[in-house]
Amino acid sequence: MTASLPAPAPEANLETQAFWDATAEGRFLLKRCENGHVIWYPRFLCPECRSTETEWFEASGKGTVYTYTVVRKGQGPYADAAPYVAAYVELEEGPRILTNLVDVEVDQVEIGMLVEVVWHDTGEGSALYRFKPSG
Amino acid sequence: MSIRGKAHIAGIYEHPLREIPDRTLSQIHAEVALGALADAGLTLDDVDGYFCDSSVPGMGGLSMVEYLGIQVSYLDNTETGGSSYLGHVGHAAAAIAAGKCSVALVTLAGKPRTSRGFRGGGGMMDSPEAAFEQPWGLFGAPYNYALAAQRHMYEYGTTSEQLAEIKVAASLHAQHNPHALLPKVVTVEEVLDSPMISDPLHRLDCCVITDGGGAVVVVSPSVARDLERRTAVVLGHGESQKHTNNGRVDLTHTGAVWSGPRAFEEAGVTKDDIDYASIYDSFTITVLETIEDLGFCDKGEGGRFVLDGALVAPHGKLPFNTDGGGLCNNHPANRGGMTKILEAVRQVRGEAHPAVQVPDCELVLAHGTGGSLSTRMGSATLILGREDV
Repeated sequence: MTASLPAPAPEANLETQAFWDATAEGRFLLKRCENGHVIWYPRFLCPECRSTETEWFEASGKGTVYTYTVVRKGQGPYADAAPYVAAYVELEEGPRILTNLVDVEVDQVEIGMLVEVVWHDTGEGSALYRFKPSG
Repeated sequence: MSIRGKAHIAGIYEHPLREIPDRTLSQIHAEVALGALADAGLTLDDVDGYFCDSSVPGMGGLSMVEYLGIQVSYLDNTETGGSSYLGHVGHAAAAIAAGKCSVALVTLAGKPRTSRGFRGGGGMMDSPEAAFEQPWGLFGAPYNYALAAQRHMYEYGTTSEQLAEIKVAASLHAQHNPHALLPKVVTVEEVLDSPMISDPLHRLDCCVITDGGGAVVVVSPSVARDLERRTAVVLGHGESQKHTNNGRVDLTHTGAVWSGPRAFEEAGVTKDDIDYASIYDSFTITVLETIEDLGFCDKGEGGRFVLDGALVAPHGKLPFNTDGGGLCNNHPANRGGMTKILEAVRQVRGEAHPAVQVPDCELVLAHGTGGSLSTRMGSATLILGREDV
C-alpha cells in the first residue's frame, strides 16, 4: 500500500497562491479563460487563446488514470516510501496532471481506472492532491 | 533560404574516459575543444563562433571563451537539455551561412558519475511548473520516461521484450568500442531480469551514467575546402519543442514529429535515403518513440520494427548507435546529443569500427531529445552527407 507518502510543501508563487490556499480547504481549483478553455498549470494567460481574462472555478476532483509508474526506489523525502505510484490523472475537466495514486495496491493500478482526489496536509498551509480509486 | 550544404562538420572528438574525478569541468571542455580542432586541422586561433549549453560552469559561453583565451564574433548558449548540440550545429550552420562566423566550436562536458556537484541547468526550483511536478517523488529521468513507456504499451501493445531488443542491439555494437562503459553483449532475458527501476523500465532499459564530453567543429565550405580531413556536409536541421500543451500532454510521441520533417525537407531527402541513424537513447522507450516519429515506421509499430536485428549494423534495416550509444557506451553529463553527432560523423566519414561501419554510407541522421518524454522536451534532428557525394 502507498498509505504513508511524504507531503513536501510546494512553493506557491504570486500566480498560484490562490490554488494552494484552496488546497488547505480541500478545494481543487482550476482556471478557465473567458473563452471556456480550462488552463493547467494555473497561470496569467490562457495558452490556448492567449486571453488574460481568467477565473478560478472548483473542479470535481474526479478523473481517470492516463498513465502511471511504480517507483521502486525513492529519494529525498521519498527515500523510505517505495514502492509508490506516480501517475498522470486526466481530470473530468480535461487537463492531465502529475500526481500520486494512493489507497491502492501498486500491482492493482490500471490505465483507465476511475479515481477521485484525496488531500494530504503538508503542515505548511497547503495540501497535496492525490488520487484514490473511486467508489 | 536554407543551410543545405552551407556548413561542414570538419572535426569531432569524444573524450575517451568515462570516469574523470581529477579534472574540472572547464578542463574537460577545453580538452574536447582541442581534440575536435586537432581532428579538423584547426586551432583555437581559428575559432570565431562558440556554442555551449549549461554544462559550462560560470556565466555560460562567456566564462568558457575567457578560459580558452578566445574572442568570437558569434556566441550561443542555447539550452535544450541533451538535444542542445544538435541544435547548436544547426544554429552554427545558420550563422555561417549568414556570414557571422566561419569556424564554430561546440562543446559538452560533465561529471555526473564522479561528482554530485553537476549542475543540470535550467533553474528548476523557480520554474512556473515546479510546484505541480516536484511533490510526487518523480526524482530523475527514469520515472518520467516510464510514464511514457507505460502509455505506449497501453495504446499500442508494445512489450518489455521489444524494448529490450533495443538494448541488445546497442550492446552488440558496444562490444567493438574499447571505450564503452558496458562492452558486454546482453540478451533480452538479461534486460528483463535486471531490477525494475520504475515500471515498466528495467535498469538495462536505462542509459549509462558517465563523466566525459565531446566537441564538434562546424566550418564554412571555403574553410572546409582547405582542410585535408574529409568532412560531413550539413544538409538539414530541424528542431522543435514539445511540452505539456496546457495539460493535454500526449506521451506516445516526441518532438521528433516536428523536427524530423523540418530536417528532411531542408536536406531534400526522405527517410528511405538514410543509411545510418544516431537515435537519442536515454532509455529504450526514447529510441522506440523516436523511430516512429521520424517516420521509419508507422506510429505504434516501433515495437515490431526493432525485432529481428533491425537496428544492428551493418546490415539491419536501420543501423543505429554503432558506438554503443548512451545505452552502453557513453552519456556524458547525462546528455547524449553530442555523442549522437560524433558517431554519425564517423559513419559518414567511413571511420566507424569496421565491424559496424555501414557500407557505402552516404547519408546519416542524428537525433537528440532533451528534457523529459513525459513533460517538456527539446528535439533536434540533423542530416549529414558525405563530402564527395
